Amino acid sequence: MTATAGTVERTSEPPHLRVGRRLRVLLGSREILLNLVRKELKVKYTASVLGAIWSLLNPLVYLGVFTFVTHVLGTGIPDFPVYLLSGLLAWNLFSAALTSGARSVLDNANLVKKVAFPHEILPLAAVGVALVDFVLQSAVLFLYVLAFHGLHWPELALWPLAFATLLVLTVALSLWFSAVNVRYRDVGHLLNIGLLVWFWVTPIVYASHQAQRLAEGGTGEWFGVPRFALYLLNPVTPIVEGFHRALYGVVRPAEQAAPVLFDVSLPWLAGVLALTLVASLVLLRFAWGVFFNRSADFAEEL
Amino acid sequence: MSPPAIEIDRVSKRFRIYREKPTSLKARLLTARSRAEDLWALRDVSFDVAEGSTLGLIGHNGSGKTTLLKCVAGILRPSSGTVTQRGRLAALLELGAGFHPELTGRENVYLNASFLGLSRRETDAAYEAIVDFAELEDFMDNQVKFYSSGMLVRLGFAVAVHVDPEVLLIDEVLAVGDEAYQAKCIERIRTFQREGRTIVLVTHALDTVREICDRAVMLHHGRLHALGPPDDVVREMRYVLLGQIDERFVPEEGTREAEIAEVRIVRANGRSEGPVLRDDPLEIVVDVRANERVDDLDADFEILDGATNHPVLDARASRAGVGIEPFEGRKRVRFRIERFPYNPGKYWVTIGLSSRRTGHLYHVQTQRYLFEVIDVPRVQERVAVPVTIEVEDA
Repeated sequence: MTATAGTVERTSEPPHLRVGRRLRVLLGSREILLNLVRKELKVKYTASVLGAIWSLLNPLVYLGVFTFVTHVLGTGIPDFPVYLLSGLLAWNLFSAALTSGARSVLDNANLVKKVAFPHEILPLAAVGVALVDFVLQSAVLFLYVLAFHGLHWPELALWPLAFATLLVLTVALSLWFSAVNVRYRDVGHLLNIGLLVWFWVTPIVYASHQAQRLAEGGTGEWFGVPRFALYLLNPVTPIVEGFHRALYGVVRPAEQAAPVLFDVSLPWLAGVLALTLVASLVLLRFAWGVFFNRSADFAEEL
Repeated sequence: MSPPAIEIDRVSKRFRIYREKPTSLKARLLTARSRAEDLWALRDVSFDVAEGSTLGLIGHNGSGKTTLLKCVAGILRPSSGTVTQRGRLAALLELGAGFHPELTGRENVYLNASFLGLSRRETDAAYEAIVDFAELEDFMDNQVKFYSSGMLVRLGFAVAVHVDPEVLLIDEVLAVGDEAYQAKCIERIRTFQREGRTIVLVTHALDTVREICDRAVMLHHGRLHALGPPDDVVREMRYVLLGQIDERFVPEEGTREAEIAEVRIVRANGRSEGPVLRDDPLEIVVDVRANERVDDLDADFEILDGATNHPVLDARASRAGVGIEPFEGRKRVRFRIERFPYNPGKYWVTIGLSSRRTGHLYHVQTQRYLFEVIDVPRVQERVAVPVTIEVEDA
């Protein structure tokens, strides 16, 4: 089923993205997006008694288990549960949205072939579902930090910046992967392996300071380029470090946290994050263009 | 005069049929050129749908009906040509499309309505009417995976007709559902017609087309084959079908020294349209125009049962001992059938003009005319029927 209003002309020309106009179309279709997210959540938790509580249990168990483990075994990182979760939740949003986003158009082939609607909604819904989990779990983490450590300015101001960057990057990559995956199904498998490597390249379970020290060791350069700068080219690294700084920095203010987090100033990190945000926005425009251009033929290719 | 609701201008659609579609990078890299064949689902199709009119789109399977509808709905992109469409459009391409089996009927109504462009509040307002129309009050909280196909159809149609579309596209969805519900859907479509909405209906049910459409379009192998009043297009469709069964079939032939100018099938009430009551008299009036002097005209007719394609009745002037004098200009031949005793249903009439002596065909129109026979329901009288009763040891 389909709905459009006004005069529409359909030609053989492949469509070109006009961001403003397309945004208005998407805004007009927000009801579909909301309904699809609602549907996904509903299906995910259907026939389960606790429903969304399962999602909340996840970080709670993490907090409990790692508090216990660090007490008994000890790790190099003090307050490890907060360090781990602040980065892991962001990573979970990223990888869950990408994994299901890449599949979103394929999985909804029936919809795409039978119903006319802005196809961007499909990867956006995948991001939306991951976002709901992220928000719920972040609420748990926030409450935990607030209860045991209290919140701390100005580090906390990094959180919205890191969050915005994460969201833009996730949406951009989801759009691109979902569009390309329609034609080349390998992309989905490639993504799964890629995400595994990507996870370990990003400082989530190990101290980011460790990575910085390794990168800056020796000459600290590869072909004249500082290795640490190369390390920061992974856009998820500044994002995760932003979350670290915002939440874990609260627990361990900068001077104490030095051995764990990047040894950089707050403005420096904010600057890198802002650059990443700009790059992500450029990527988003590009990925959206690719998606929009291809989406006219989805119904045919599926 | 307002512009047409839908303008289809030289639309073609080509599908690439891959013997083995390279859906992986490896396949893409290994086979430099993929073996693809072109399939033209639509070829240079042009027509308009006037605002407020109802158009029936007919054709055999694979003739391109659904492809065309998808191009209008914006699901497929034409390979060339332009589709211009005005007004809020709702397309029912497959019922249950957009339904999710795990969700309840209620949730699916909201999901589906949003695909049709309704906001949550608008859906709230229409919800009662939708459920009422679908006659599914007791099932709205059940997951639709437990619905029968008939129930899905009802719910899908109910949502589509409550979104207030200006243009409604319907693809072969009325065929499902029981007769009572079909009648209800047709009634709803009539309401839409009265309200001045534009409807495009794809169907195999030719009777529905004749009943409710203003105009019809027939597609044949992706090309526009016929366009015009539903009766003419339906007849054209039948000709193509007959031509497929019998290769020698031609709808019209002859050398036209004498021509069939007009044929009327006159009912007992003197009118030449409407149903024929079973057992009523019937008159086939053939107006003949001789373009030159014709010395030995013979006229005949044949009536075929539309359901079985078997001839049930025929007559020929010469056989009945009726001779037609040599003439030039016009003559009228009346075939009076004293009563038509055959079963209710549709009957096709073939009219022929030929030479009495040589059998040479002047003009033949094969199965060109149609009438429908209905039975009047009557109260069954008591009659004496013997009944024997036996009792045995078991």
